[in-house]
Amino acid sequence: MKLVTAAAAALVIGALPVKAQDATQTGDPGPAAYSKALAGKRVALVPMAMGFDLAQGWSYYIGKEVRGFGGTFETRDPNWSIEAGAQAITDLINSSEKPDVLIVHVPDLQSYVKLFRKAQQAGIFVIQIDNRSNFPTDAFVGSDWDRLGQLEAEAVIKGCGPNSSKKIGLIQGDQVNASSLDQYAGIQKVLAKNPDFKVVGAPDSNWDATTARNVATTLLQQNKDVCGIIDFWDNTAQGTAAAIRDAGLQGKVFLVTTGGGEEADCKLLEDGTFGAVVMTEVQNQSRDIVALIKFLLQSGLKPGQATTWIYTLEKATTKADVTPSTCWSLKTIQADQAAAK
Amino acid sequence: MRIGLGTGKIGTRRIGQEHIVLGFAVLLFLGYSIFLNGFVTPSNLVAIVRSVAVLGILAVGMGIVVIGRGIDLSMIAVMAMATAWQLELMNHGWSTPAAMGAVCLAVIVLGTVNGILIAYGDVPAIFATLASGSFVFGFVRSQLITQDVVYVPKTADILLALGQARVATLPIEVVFFALAVLVVFLALRFTKPGRFVYLMGDNYVAARTMGIPVRPMVVIQYVVSALLAWLAGLVTAAGLQSINTRIVNSTLLYDVILVVVIGGIGLSGGKGGMRNVVVGALLIGIMLNGMTILDLPNIYQNLIKATILLAAIIVDSRLNPRDEQTAQQGDI
Repeated sequence: MKLVTAAAAALVIGALPVKAQDATQTGDPGPAAYSKALAGKRVALVPMAMGFDLAQGWSYYIGKEVRGFGGTFETRDPNWSIEAGAQAITDLINSSEKPDVLIVHVPDLQSYVKLFRKAQQAGIFVIQIDNRSNFPTDAFVGSDWDRLGQLEAEAVIKGCGPNSSKKIGLIQGDQVNASSLDQYAGIQKVLAKNPDFKVVGAPDSNWDATTARNVATTLLQQNKDVCGIIDFWDNTAQGTAAAIRDAGLQGKVFLVTTGGGEEADCKLLEDGTFGAVVMTEVQNQSRDIVALIKFLLQSGLKPGQATTWIYTLEKATTKADVTPSTCWSLKTIQADQAAAK
Repeated sequence: MRIGLGTGKIGTRRIGQEHIVLGFAVLLFLGYSIFLNGFVTPSNLVAIVRSVAVLGILAVGMGIVVIGRGIDLSMIAVMAMATAWQLELMNHGWSTPAAMGAVCLAVIVLGTVNGILIAYGDVPAIFATLASGSFVFGFVRSQLITQDVVYVPKTADILLALGQARVATLPIEVVFFALAVLVVFLALRFTKPGRFVYLMGDNYVAARTMGIPVRPMVVIQYVVSALLAWLAGLVTAAGLQSINTRIVNSTLLYDVILVVVIGGIGLSGGKGGMRNVVVGALLIGIMLNGMTILDLPNIYQNLIKATILLAAIIVDSRLNPRDEQTAQQGDI
C-alpha cells in the first residue's frame, strides 16, 4: 500500500512542473525566441576613450540592457589613441570568445575601415556610434552632424538677433574628424540662406581647450563686434568661454556648442557660459543601439548584409529649455554602479 | 671652466642659436606688424604672451633640469593629474587650502622619487621620468578621478577669482610666468645651488669631485620642475574653470622641449638660461598668433612652424658646427 502511495506521490510530483508550464503557456513564442537569440551573446564597446561623458553614458545604459537579457558586455579603453583602438578591435576579432556585436566610436573617416570588413567577415555585427567613417557597417547610430551644424547655425543666428553685427566665429575641431567636417558643412548651408551673417574666422582647436582659448582670444581681438561663436564641442567651448570672459564680453557674445548632455552642460547653460547646446541624447541613443542589437541578433541577417542609419532627434537647448530632466548625471550613474557592486 | 649664462657673448663668441631665434622672432614680428591689421595692439601683445604663459612656466622647469643635463618627461602628466586630483578633492568638499596642501605634498614626493631614481638609482632621466609620468597618469586616472575632464567647483572662489585676476592689466598667467622666470633667473645666477646646476650640467663627474652635493642637487631640480608643472596646471584650470587630462596625450611635452631647445638651452647641459626660455616662448607665441589672425588651417600652421624651426636648427648648425668635445659628450 505504502509503495502505491509513494508511486502515486512520485507521479504527481513528477507531473507538477509539466502542469505548471501548461498553466502559463499562452502560446506566445516571443519570450523563448528572444531569450534563445540573445542569451549569452557578447557585446563589446570600443569608444575613443572611456573617460568622458558620452562613453560613460553609453557604457552604462547599453551595458545594463545587455546584462538584462543575459548577455555579456565589455568595454575597451583606447584612451584617445587610434593605434590602441585598432589593437583592441583586432584582439576582439581574433579572441576565442569574440563578440557577436561590436560597437565602435571611430576617431576619423578611414582608420578602422579594414578592421570593420574583417569583423563582419568573422561574423560580427558592427555598429558605428556618434562619428561616421567612410565604410557603412551594419548600422550607424548618432547625430546627423550636418543637421546638427544647421541647428547650431540657426541657434547662433537667433542668439545674435536681427539687430546685431551679424558677425560670427567658428572654433572648429580639426580637418579629419567627420563630426567636425559635417558640422561645418551644415553651418555653411544655413549661412547660405542667411547671407547677411558672415563668418569672420574659423580656426581649429584641435579638440584642445587651451588652443580654443588662444584662437578665440585672437578672433575676438581682431573682430571686437562678434555677436556669436559656434564651438564644435563643449570641452573646447570651455576655452572659448574663457576667452569671452577675458575680453569682458560675457553676455554679449552668444556661445553655441554641442555636448554629451551631462549635468555640466546644463550648469553651464544656467550660469550663462553657454548660450545654446545641441546635446547628444545619450539615453535615447543607447536605447536605439540596444534595439538594434536585439533586432540584428534575431533577424537572421548576416553581418554586412544590410545597412541602417539611425539619427538621434536633437535640438538646440537654451537656458529657457533646461528642466531637471534635460541632462543626465554621471554622478547618479556612478552611484548606481557602485551600489550594484 | 666656463660657467655659461646663455650661449652668447656677442663679439667674443659666435652667434648662438638664441640670437638666431630672436632674429626670427623679430623678423616675424615686423612682418606681421606691417601686413596684419590689429597685430600691434597692446591687447594683442598681451594675448601673445598669455597664450605662451603656461608653455613658458613648464619650460622654466624643463630649463632647470636640462641645464643640469637631465630631462623631465613627467611634467605634463604631473601638471594635468595633480591639478585634476586637486579639483576632484575640492569637488568632494575639501577646502582649497587643504586640497592644495595634500597635492603639494604628493607633487614633492613625486619629484623626490624622480630625483632619487636618477641620482641614487642611476636610472637615465629619460626612462625614469617617462615611467613615473605614465605611472602618475595611470594611477590618478584610474584610482582618484572618474572622468577625463574635472571642473573647478563653483564654491572654489579663490581659484575662480584667480582666473579672472589681473595685475596692472596683465593676466595672472603672465604674472606667474614672469615671476617664475625672475625667481629662477636670480636663483641660477646669484645662488650657490644655481651655480652648481651649471657645473653639474657642464661636467657631472668633475662637479662631484669638486665636492658639490650632486645627488641632493638632482633631487631638488626634479622637485622644482614638478612644482612648476603643478603651477602650470593650476593656472590652466583657473583660466578654463576645468582641467582636461587628455592633455597628457597632446604634443605639449614636445612643445615644451622645443621651447627650451629652440631658445638655445642645449640638451647636452650646462648652458643657457631663462633668457632662452623667454625667447623660445615668444617665437612660438608670435608665430601661432599671426597664423591664427591669417586664419590658416592647422595643417599649414604645423607645416610652417616645423619649417621655421628646422631653418633655425640648420642655420645654427652651420654657424656653430659640432666640435670634438660636444660630439663626445653627446645629447640626450
